Amino acid sequence: MNQATEVQLIDLKKSFGEVEAVKGVTLTIERGDFFTFLGPSGCGKTTILRMIAGFTRPDAGKILFDGEEVNEIPPWKRNVGMVFQNYALWPHLSVFENVAFGLKERGLPKSVIREKTIKALAMVDLEGMERRRPSELSGGQQQRVALARTLVIEPRLLLLDEPLSNLDAKLRIQMRHELVRIQKNLKITTLYVTHDQEEALILSTRIAVMSKGKVLQIGTPKEIYENPKSQEVADFVGTSNFFLGKVVRIREDWIEMKTEEGFLIIARKEEGTNPIPGANFLLNIRPESIRLAYPNEGSLEENRIEGVVRTSAYLGSSVQYEVEIEGGKKVKVNVVNPRKKAIFEEGERVLLTFSAEDIVPIPLK
Amino acid sequence: MWNKRFKEIDLSQSLIFLILFALLFIFILYPLIRILHVAFTEESHFSFAHFINFFERSLFKESFLNSLMAGLMAVFFGSLISLPLAFFTIKYDFKGKTLIQTLGVLPLVLPPYVGAVALQLILGRSGMLNLLLLKWFGTSIPFMEGLKGVILVQTLHYFPFIFLNASASLANVDPSLEEAAENMGAHGWNLFRKITLPLMMPGYVAGALLVFIKVIDDLATPLILNYTKMLAPQAYLRVTTIGIEDKAGYVICVIMVILSFLSLWAAMKFLSLSEYAMVQRGGTGIPISKRIDGIKLILVWAFSIFVLGISLLPHLGIFLLSFAKAWSFSILPRAYTLNHYIEIFYRSPHFVKNTLLYCLLSAGIGVLLGSFIAFLLIRGRIFGKGLLDAVAMMPLAIPGVVLATGYLRVFHGTPLPLIHQPLTSLWIILVIAYTARRLPYTLRASYAAIQQIHISLEEAALNLGANRRRTFFKITFPMMAGGLIAGGLLAFITSSVELSSTIMLVPRMEYGPLSYGIYIYMQSAVGRGPGAALGVVAILLVAFGTYLVNKVFAGGSGTAFKL
Repeated sequence: MNQATEVQLIDLKKSFGEVEAVKGVTLTIERGDFFTFLGPSGCGKTTILRMIAGFTRPDAGKILFDGEEVNEIPPWKRNVGMVFQNYALWPHLSVFENVAFGLKERGLPKSVIREKTIKALAMVDLEGMERRRPSELSGGQQQRVALARTLVIEPRLLLLDEPLSNLDAKLRIQMRHELVRIQKNLKITTLYVTHDQEEALILSTRIAVMSKGKVLQIGTPKEIYENPKSQEVADFVGTSNFFLGKVVRIREDWIEMKTEEGFLIIARKEEGTNPIPGANFLLNIRPESIRLAYPNEGSLEENRIEGVVRTSAYLGSSVQYEVEIEGGKKVKVNVVNPRKKAIFEEGERVLLTFSAEDIVPIPLK
Repeated sequence: MWNKRFKEIDLSQSLIFLILFALLFIFILYPLIRILHVAFTEESHFSFAHFINFFERSLFKESFLNSLMAGLMAVFFGSLISLPLAFFTIKYDFKGKTLIQTLGVLPLVLPPYVGAVALQLILGRSGMLNLLLLKWFGTSIPFMEGLKGVILVQTLHYFPFIFLNASASLANVDPSLEEAAENMGAHGWNLFRKITLPLMMPGYVAGALLVFIKVIDDLATPLILNYTKMLAPQAYLRVTTIGIEDKAGYVICVIMVILSFLSLWAAMKFLSLSEYAMVQRGGTGIPISKRIDGIKLILVWAFSIFVLGISLLPHLGIFLLSFAKAWSFSILPRAYTLNHYIEIFYRSPHFVKNTLLYCLLSAGIGVLLGSFIAFLLIRGRIFGKGLLDAVAMMPLAIPGVVLATGYLRVFHGTPLPLIHQPLTSLWIILVIAYTARRLPYTLRASYAAIQQIHISLEEAALNLGANRRRTFFKITFPMMAGGLIAGGLLAFITSSVELSSTIMLVPRMEYGPLSYGIYIYMQSAVGRGPGAALGVVAILLVAFGTYLVNKVFAGGSGTAFKL
């Protein structure tokens, strides 16, 4: 397979009428990355993908493949493979003809086309399906044909536009593994568009979180989840509790902050940051970082707040609580593996405890 | 108790079914059976003799080939006009696109025989264009002579069927299918040939076959152009001049029915394939059409203006003629008058009045029958639904001449009890013929109207405390009304210009409707003015009706004319 491609977007912009879909995006996708654009619908992620494929012309900015500008190259000459959200399999062609299409367009000899097509179908476990029509396949099989059709032309990039959104839950998980396996085998630079944060976290080597046409943050899944740089990112990737805090004291590794509501919260001091007393922070605590205890129980964790359970939802693998703390704020708490732990009733008084390690302070200007 | 209720419902349904089926049998199936019977018997034995005889006679053989030829050529030239128009208006975005789409449907509002007269004046031997050619170059081109003229008129009249159906199926092609092809390296003509064309094929073929059926069916155009070597005019001439005992007329009828049925069957077959274009249609939000400008835009406009200009010539001609005092051997009329309108509205107003009476009646009856049948088909718990459906849809493939011949055969010699006259000498026979001919339209409209009312919508009303009667008037009926009105309007406008069965069935001159009036007037030189004025009335009637249908259907221009 050919050398993986590096993609650079430089101040890419696109408007549709009055709507600015992409508002100046600059980023680099490294060779062999599994790079995901994550964001709610309408955030511009699909538009970026379509500009890279060549279906949509950017209003401004550049798209570079391995340092070469491709803005003026029409889609049929870009050699990027795209898997469409609805698969876009041609209903009048057989599975074989669908997969062989791109090879025929490239004018390869018949025998080569045949060999490569069969091989591509084998790669996605569809041997023996060559003569079927797309309508005779299940959703998952159609998805595989679309993937085979795209990969068989040995594209320099693989573009995937919400490819799993039309599959049922079980199949989606199976196809995720499949995608990762194939991508790792081929070492092809892959761009993935999704609104599903779980999918993004599992699949990607790097994620760009997008909102309203802008990239909010780029990082590895771990960075994005554990170290969101803004409330929006923290909110979109996973759920979170937020407190507004003001620094009251600074120690060697810890900072002590007072929240709006008047609680004292101790958080870890980020390396390389130098907060001063009086500085404002947004404190971000994931629901699964919080533990529940009876008010009289002891705890080794630095932070504790009392509250009353308002709702509890039993999900089997976890219990989700909403606990109202003093001042009326509701805190989301997620207790995993609840089997051996106490289940708290609605209306019960509880103690919320959480570690300073688990608090991510986001500096506010 | 529940059991008993169900039985009652089934009983009343069966009764309605029997009544409906009896009606359809008497007025659709039986006349057809009688025609088949006559055509296939020789001295009360089954025989192909008449058919062998038919193909041995050169006049008939020529008529058969001419009809085939006219059908194929109308499809061919119609495609040349329609496919580019459809492609431009669906795939490109430019100023005036809607105008082109509207003008592209306009030829349908002009009855073809009216167009034939008008085209004579413009393209005929001593028409506008040839007079100019004579003046400038001393030569003329026989556009309108013989079969050529018939094909020209029919092409210009019927091409919108292809245009509409091709446009609809092109618009249904999921743009991501084309993008996927671009992504795989195809573009331009290659992409169109390999992906777009095959995907829009079903709709296009359906439109093309519809044109073919219409051309075979068309009696009036050849008659007006005085070219009788085609199937429909031959059948007409045999039955009207030689008499209803003449076997050849029936043989021609059978051949026409076979051709129509084959085409209709093929169209249905292709149309059922067209589902696949839509299967994958997801909310991709990809725009179907691209903006064009510069040379491309100019070419698109040039083509559209040329083609639509020609196809609208008949409208212009008929309009001029209706105000012309004298118009022969001159490029434009020499003087203008309102006399023709006075003639048709004051001196012989019965043509317009009859049309309104017959067509409103038949549209009303059609909607009633259609909704009863549709209701049985959708909600009925009885056997034989398929048969009922099949017989009701049959008129789509029964040419007007054939149905009329069948009526003459069945009803002519049999006086009805009490009034001691045969059905064929009453004007009601026209209403019956129109109702039968348009039943497929009214049935389909009713079917669609009822089908869109999911039973749960009614159950929701019942659940919230409305009784059955209130549910019907508050929920069911208001939801159906639009579709039913649209179906009725469609039946009305198409009946108002129906000529092929009219010519054969009009019992007496004063019972003739508008279409018949046009035909009669056009027989003489002095009648051409009033004939054209009637033509203008017909155009306005159809145009207004079409406008209303689209308004009610709210499906954009021409929903009504798609197969």
